[in-house]
Amino acid sequence: MDGYSFTLAGAALTALPSGALYWEARNLLCVSDLHLGKSERRARLGEPPLPPYETRDTLTRLEEDLRRTGAATVICLGDSFDDAAAAHALPDAEKLWIAKLQAGRRWVWIEGNHDPGPVDLGGAHMAELPSPPLVFRHIARARQSGEISGHYHPKARLALRGRSLSRPAFLIDSDRVILPAYGTYTGGLWSDDAAFTGGLMRDEALAVLTGPMLHAVPMPRRSAGR
Amino acid sequence: MSNLPAPLDHWFAARGWQLHPHQAEMLARAQAPATLLIAPTGGGKTLAGFLPTLADLAQGDHAGLHTLYISPLKALAADIRRNLTRPVEEMGLAIRIEDRTGDTSSHAKRRQRADPPHILLTTPESLALLTSYEDAPRIFAGLKRVVVDEVHALAESKRGDQLMLALSRLQALCPDMRRVGLSATVEDPPALAHFMAHCDHPCDIRHADPGPDPDIAMLETAEAPPWSGGGAAYAIPAVLDQVRRHKTTLIFHNTRAQAEIFFHNLWLANEDALPIGIHHGSLDRAQRERVEGAMVRGELRAVVCTGSLDLGLDWGDVDLVIQVGAPKNVKRLVQRIGRANHRYNAPSKALLVPANRFEVVECLAALQAVKDRDLDGEARGPGPRDVLCQHILIRACAGPFHADDLYAEVASAGAYATLTRDEFDACLEFCATGGYALRAYDQWQRLKQRPDGLWQLRDPRSPRLIRMNIGTIQDTDTLKVRMRRARGGKPLGEIEEGFAATLSPGDTFLIGGQIVRFESLREMVVEVSRDPGRTPKIATFMGTKFATSTQLSERILAILNQPDWPDLPAHIRAWLELQRRLSDMPQAGRLLIESFPHDGREHVCIYGFAGRNAMQTLGLLVTKRMEEEGLAPLGFVSTDYATLIWGLEPLTDAAPIFARDALRDGLESWLMGNAVMKRTFRASATIAGLIQRNSPQARKNGRQTTMSSDILYDTLVKYDPDHLLLDITKAEAMRGLVDFGRIEEMLHRINGRITLRRLTRVSPLAAPLFLEAGRTPVEGAAQERLLAEESARLMQAAGLA
Repeated sequence: MDGYSFTLAGAALTALPSGALYWEARNLLCVSDLHLGKSERRARLGEPPLPPYETRDTLTRLEEDLRRTGAATVICLGDSFDDAAAAHALPDAEKLWIAKLQAGRRWVWIEGNHDPGPVDLGGAHMAELPSPPLVFRHIARARQSGEISGHYHPKARLALRGRSLSRPAFLIDSDRVILPAYGTYTGGLWSDDAAFTGGLMRDEALAVLTGPMLHAVPMPRRSAGR
Repeated sequence: MSNLPAPLDHWFAARGWQLHPHQAEMLARAQAPATLLIAPTGGGKTLAGFLPTLADLAQGDHAGLHTLYISPLKALAADIRRNLTRPVEEMGLAIRIEDRTGDTSSHAKRRQRADPPHILLTTPESLALLTSYEDAPRIFAGLKRVVVDEVHALAESKRGDQLMLALSRLQALCPDMRRVGLSATVEDPPALAHFMAHCDHPCDIRHADPGPDPDIAMLETAEAPPWSGGGAAYAIPAVLDQVRRHKTTLIFHNTRAQAEIFFHNLWLANEDALPIGIHHGSLDRAQRERVEGAMVRGELRAVVCTGSLDLGLDWGDVDLVIQVGAPKNVKRLVQRIGRANHRYNAPSKALLVPANRFEVVECLAALQAVKDRDLDGEARGPGPRDVLCQHILIRACAGPFHADDLYAEVASAGAYATLTRDEFDACLEFCATGGYALRAYDQWQRLKQRPDGLWQLRDPRSPRLIRMNIGTIQDTDTLKVRMRRARGGKPLGEIEEGFAATLSPGDTFLIGGQIVRFESLREMVVEVSRDPGRTPKIATFMGTKFATSTQLSERILAILNQPDWPDLPAHIRAWLELQRRLSDMPQAGRLLIESFPHDGREHVCIYGFAGRNAMQTLGLLVTKRMEEEGLAPLGFVSTDYATLIWGLEPLTDAAPIFARDALRDGLESWLMGNAVMKRTFRASATIAGLIQRNSPQARKNGRQTTMSSDILYDTLVKYDPDHLLLDITKAEAMRGLVDFGRIEEMLHRINGRITLRRLTRVSPLAAPLFLEAGRTPVEGAAQERLLAEESARLMQAAGLA
């Protein structure tokens, strides 16, 4: 399978070009920040409306990753829904689609800051999931190791012979992985942000840029210019 | 003058004036349903348009609105009010003349609705708004005449379509309404007559004596123009010299940025401190009015300006027009030349200043065209359907309507004469439901059909929103610029939002001829301070980028293919001779492509001569084809005559790249995802009412609109590819920013004949392209190759690989 392979706390992991993380030894697929129902929530809050198709778009990509990996366990790493009401308001067709993806699999919803309560969809609901040697949670904590998290929607940009290019990116060091957002219509935080450079990520951290192919680089810490 | 009523006759006699023949003719034709009068600037054509009105109103028994006058410019409406009120008072006629534009106070507007004046001077947008009121039939009761000024300028844009739809509505309310169109420069009078008349009415075309030929030449300078660029800084001493030798000079530029830079350079060289001003559409209104006032009072020796002074106002004593940069379009050049010597029967004097060497050829072509009185212009397409959608909503605001009646009205407008009932119904359906993909949303469901078959608005509150968003002018998203002061400093003008977003505190730019320093962006206002520096780092605001017209391009190609060039300066002759010797000359009936290595990259130069916008689109399409053929293109840059592409692999066979079907496929599939298409979509979606810029709460900023419109666009492309607005966007792409129509025209012209010259180095004609700004990067395999190279390099440098 194409992807960027590395080990974290002794576990062999693969970052996929879509932004998902695959743990082959456990046949486990982890995705973060799906933000399903974002357009519905925006409309509900009176913000400029977005068309209601982003959920389908995100689920299409998730279905493809599940088909390719055949994963038996899926961990959604928090902020899977734009808020609890958005989970509630998903059209029946999309709820059914999620149920189909869940069929025959273990499915875990990790709580995020957008979706703290339980949702009325199948699957287990947990604040975090320890799965030694790794632990899965929404927001990274300092001084942890073997931690898989999301929340920040990290992005990285590079200067290429006078042009700048930016992509959602995995941030990886010997303690943790921070996953890029998997959902459609999600913004992001540059890898040079103090949230990452202020001690959370080690000096030798890598950024793995997603896209048609994955590209690993030392995590950009200074603005590459726009 | 037996046919003039006594007060008018006396007024003319007291001044010893005679009617011009075309004025007498207009009076004689007062009862004709439609007349197009083509008369030169200063030929008294506005008075000619109003004479039948004055003659009729002199009878003194008309109550209510008699004549509507519509002009493309607010300022022109105000100016005409002053110029018309004076003679009317001198004639002792009791005629009320008022203007109504976006600047009119709401109090005055209310009074005008309750008690309309005899003559109302307005703009297409204000008229559309008037027709949206439920009491429109009462406001327009008794309307006899409509005078459309500068009708050719309105016909060039969707404002003209909106106006003609509004007139179709008025004609239904007032079947006897007569139409008069006034114009100075028309390339195709019958087409314009068809555009402005009701389809059942004949429209007569009257020509006034065109007056003497203009006195027009290229400005001679000591220094040769540079190889590229648009600044024309080399010509500053010669231009100043001309300003000194004339009373008042207008110095026209094609873009606002060029005008600002030129004005700045002019001041640096202005040792005699001649009073020179600047005027363009991005400047604050108060500033523009100050310059206009000083100009009218004869206090300025020169004004550096842009299209903002193309039309209208009578500037008194302008005795020289200078056009800096190639004119791109003969009709506009003629219009600008007409700004000099606003007196009938005196030749206008004008000078052209090419900004670079290639423009010397283009200026020569333009001089020939002006001399031959060969005006250019793109043929109008059928009436745009986004404007029709807006018209349907406006009609709905005025009250319930029957679809059959509205269709008959719309199809009576020349531009919509070919509109089919199916197309009309699709627009109505869109207004009613928003279209298939958007049907789930209440806000796009605006019309409903009542049991009696009439259509009406679903929500009685929606007229307010629809009225707030009337209009077809797509202003680029701009932010106000102010001097930073304790309580809000002096407003300077506006810059584009996109440009403002690139500024960091401390950056300097030019506006209104002064260098300012960017301090902060506060609540959508750019705050700046004065900067004593002499070299502004950045200066851009887009303004309009014109593409060289088809006719002018043809003339340029003809000049290039002359055996020799006795009319051109020696340095240009030497350059063209070298091109002919080392490569080939571009021809109209054969596409010249050069392929050569330079500076470690492979290059391809395509001489399509299809105008800037089409050449830009060709760059997008050809690089896409090259990507598919594995040539790894990296980027391209386009001018009006050529596109230069650079990449990693050489081009050795052009035929597969330029196959018409392949390019068309590219337009259909791939170009749909392009930013230019998204911009085209945004414009149409805004006009058609899918996106609303203005709401009772607040004006949406550009980024919000762009964000929602881009997402809407992607959604429709993916889930509802047959949506009306995508269909409209594709139709728009044939002209305007995408201009695929001119690529098709080029492919037709070359008919498969392509010369590919493989050279060992840059050719003389291609060399200036390397200095052009505005490069577009290509995203594709080459980018992934560079990204892989760069990440390998970074990993190596970090000791990780």
